[in-house]
Amino acid sequence: MTGTIFGLVGAALIGIGLFGMLVRRDALLRILSFNLLGGGVFLVFGAVARRGAGAGFGGDPVPQAIILTGIVVAFAATTLAVALVLRLAAAKDRA
Amino acid sequence: MIPALAADGLLAAGILALALGCVATRRAFASAALFIAYGLLLALAWARLDAPDVALTEASIGAGLSGVLLLGGVRRLEGLAEPSPDAETGPLLTILIGIGCAALTVAIGAAVLLLPDPTPSLAPQVAANLATTDLGNPVTAVLMSFRALDTLLESAVVLLAVVCVWALTPEGGWGGVAGLRQPVVRDGPLALLARVLPPLGIVIAIHILWVGADAPGGKFQAAAVLAAMWLMPWMAGLAPAPRIDARWLRLVLAAGPALFILIGLGGALAEGAFLAYPPGWAKPLILAIEIVLTASIAVALALLVMGPPEPPR
Amino acid sequence: MSLLADGVTILCVLAGLVFFAAGTVGLLRFPDTASRLHALTKADHLGLGLVVLGLLPQMDSLAGILRLLAFWALVLLASAATGPMIARLLRRQGGIT
Repeated sequence: MTGTIFGLVGAALIGIGLFGMLVRRDALLRILSFNLLGGGVFLVFGAVARRGAGAGFGGDPVPQAIILTGIVVAFAATTLAVALVLRLAAAKDRA
Repeated sequence: MIPALAADGLLAAGILALALGCVATRRAFASAALFIAYGLLLALAWARLDAPDVALTEASIGAGLSGVLLLGGVRRLEGLAEPSPDAETGPLLTILIGIGCAALTVAIGAAVLLLPDPTPSLAPQVAANLATTDLGNPVTAVLMSFRALDTLLESAVVLLAVVCVWALTPEGGWGGVAGLRQPVVRDGPLALLARVLPPLGIVIAIHILWVGADAPGGKFQAAAVLAAMWLMPWMAGLAPAPRIDARWLRLVLAAGPALFILIGLGGALAEGAFLAYPPGWAKPLILAIEIVLTASIAVALALLVMGPPEPPR
Repeated sequence: MSLLADGVTILCVLAGLVFFAAGTVGLLRFPDTASRLHALTKADHLGLGLVVLGLLPQMDSLAGILRLLAFWALVLLASAATGPMIARLLRRQGGIT
């Protein structure tokens, strides 16, 4: 039941994040929405992991490890995106 | 059953409310603040989903470091010129996009509800092979042994991100001190935190790294805490950011992935498969990789948040 | 013994929740940032302290008790530092008379 609830929350977050990315015009808000989208995808994975509980573990460890990797990679992508936005703004500022 | 359901429902409602607030606010600063709160609630959701390692990572990297990064970005953008306004999305297009996103949500929600009931799971295989790694934490075993290639590529991606962020250095700034020069704050609450927290944080990070072998924890969470312990004195102006052409910096950054690749090649020579560990050597090799990789990733995460160097005025 | 421990836990955690709720009401209803800071820091400190106090009887090892107390100390330190930081920023921006 827990897994299903948070899986549905993840699906909702995917929708919200995608909406924000497509509709909002401010670059940082789009990056934030991208992170929301990522969080939603991870929650869906987490629901799958929770349902795969067995063999004495509370959740299937393989999707959990992949989510962990995903969080770090999403952070790296976010830093690059923010650096690009700042550089673009600084270039426009100087022009 | 019912109290747990109520708690999960409240948590879910909180997460959705914060996410909607994030997307709907006018001001970027409010959005970033709501995002940090959303990240913390998401960490609680991970704890409810029996994924404590993921909860730690979400709280430290997803909410903590990402929040710092976004708040810093919001602040710096305020100081720059007015953003050139792209045309606001018209109401009809907004509604169409909304319908599309809602359809996607319903589709994925249906997929979640229709997951097969004897759920296919890799937990039994992990449990069966856990003894070969001498580790107690299955997630660490998956990260460092069964899916070690993913972790190697992940550390390479982080290193690549550092290089790409450095590549955004403006004219004349290459090789300079990373990030904006921070004003020195000699006293006050920020200086207090910057002096008191780092020793505690370093001990806590080493504990998280060490304990990650048998209990929830691990090197990414430890690296995030270490990065934060460098960033705090940097923000108070009490610790300098490194020059990006410093040799020691580049050695530390490269040491983690390099050691990982070397051990992988050694495994290929000894056992016939890249990143295979010789029997009995698994835990010492994993520990060695973890320790060096923690240092590399901690430095990389701190550099990612600091940003590219600025040219001297 | 266990009944006493559970009773203490329930009482303290409920009291802590009351203080958290009070702090949130203050955050929403107070007119300016300074008083909101006041409500947040004071009420939340007390709320957290009561919740930690309530959870102490549930710990079954000294390590667990020390860990809870360490959490409390760290959160206290962090919010005791951020309250004045926000207040200083506010004073620089002219929001505090």
